[in-house]
Amino acid sequence: MKEFMLLFRSVPNPDFKPTADQMQAEIKKWQDWIGDIASQGKFVSTNQLTRTGRLVKAGNIVSDGPYAEVKEIMGGYMIIKAADYDEAVEKAKGCPVLDMGGHVEVRDFMKLDHLD
Amino acid sequence: MTESQIISSIYKAEYSKLISVLCSIFGLSNIEIAEDIASDTFLAASESWKKKEVPENPTAWIYAAAKNKTRDYLKREKIKLEKINPELKSKQNNSYSLEWEVNESEIEDNMLQMIFAVCHPAISQESQISLALRILCGFGNDEIASALLCSKETINKRLYRAKKLLVESQIKLEWPAKEEVQKRLDTVLTTLYLLFNEGYYSASPDKNIRRDLCLESMRLGLLLAHNPSTNFPRVNALLALFCFQSSRLMARESSNGDYILYKDQDRNLWDENLINKGEIFLNRSSTGEKLSKYHLEAAIAFWHCQDGDSEKWENILQLYNYLLQIEYSPITALNRTYALYRANGRDEALQTALKIDLEKNHLYHCLLAELYQTKNLEKQKSHLQKALQLCKNKNERAFIEKEIQKLED
Repeated sequence: MKEFMLLFRSVPNPDFKPTADQMQAEIKKWQDWIGDIASQGKFVSTNQLTRTGRLVKAGNIVSDGPYAEVKEIMGGYMIIKAADYDEAVEKAKGCPVLDMGGHVEVRDFMKLDHLD
Repeated sequence: MTESQIISSIYKAEYSKLISVLCSIFGLSNIEIAEDIASDTFLAASESWKKKEVPENPTAWIYAAAKNKTRDYLKREKIKLEKINPELKSKQNNSYSLEWEVNESEIEDNMLQMIFAVCHPAISQESQISLALRILCGFGNDEIASALLCSKETINKRLYRAKKLLVESQIKLEWPAKEEVQKRLDTVLTTLYLLFNEGYYSASPDKNIRRDLCLESMRLGLLLAHNPSTNFPRVNALLALFCFQSSRLMARESSNGDYILYKDQDRNLWDENLINKGEIFLNRSSTGEKLSKYHLEAAIAFWHCQDGDSEKWENILQLYNYLLQIEYSPITALNRTYALYRANGRDEALQTALKIDLEKNHLYHCLLAELYQTKNLEKQKSHLQKALQLCKNKNERAFIEKEIQKLED
């Protein structure tokens, strides 16, 4: 069983102010999806990223927020176990970010066995 | 109460404390001496109380008798003991052997140290459970065998090995170092959790033994919660879980021993008192920053004690979602799928269930049968039959057979 990383990317809509109920429903969608993967024993870890950030460039250039130059931001990631890309992709198809117009990037890990 | 009832209730309450006190004198490596003296003491009590009358303060009588027996033993075996345990020599020359006062807080201290010793990471989980039942709960070897559905020989061997490990690993009756308490406490809580589950889910036909296991786990948990050094939020969460689960002990089994499903239980048989106590512990557990699996399980058990369906199952589902992210187990996965069925409907739950790989688990097939109900009678039946093939628990088998019978009628 290998590990894959799912990266959730989307274009944030600054005008969308969800109500408490909409927020609740959104959380439920994510949690039910994650719970589904976890109930197959395939969940490893997940993290949501906030909307703030710093961009660091060569020459001591630091700017606020990751969106100055990119429209799309990464909202979070999840690490799952899967036999191969096919299975990882199958799991990614249920991700709620797809309903928000975003997409999921599925990535394999490079094995760095010598670090163990 | 008759004398024998009094003796048995004092035995249950005092045996583990007395062993702990005796081990604080003889050292854990001489636990067998402690066990012998304790057994002799209770035997003497039962003989004396039957002949004469039960003393006014039976507990004090027990400690006084144990003290005399200890003194005799020390006199008789002085040389031998000093060879085994040189520490005893200095202790003997000091005051302890003649000034052995029964001091509640010291007894409690010894008892907690004993809990840490029995639940030492050097001892395997399986042996910890048997040892806990023997030393911390005062169960006889045949009672342990009956509770754990093992032969008495297996238990004898397990206890023998565990006690040998106590000696070989030089485990001492002492408080773990401050920086180790948290880690050691985790092992203790795991053992209590397993002990409780042995009682709650055991297939043992002996109803009283199963109930005793649950009560004993609660008693040990209370000891931890009463002491400031071990009174952490997750200890209270575990106690809350024990209370909520135990509240349904009487409702989940019919008078002839048949298993009653949660949805078919008579709500009036749930123990309100225990539910209230559980809520108190749950509140006490809601401090600190760490959400343990016991917090989540206690919250799930809390919702199971509530009326009303929609909000309840949605909350249970979300708690299971979190629980599975902390720790996967097949039974949690199945329970989560059941909650999904109650919260989001049969279709979604069936889709999820079919993705779970637990072909060899009889409960998995029971769940599938439930989800195929009203949808596909043939599949419902075939999954029940698969469940029956896989199930070894007598009560559960009887239940599945009845379900199959219902479909055939």
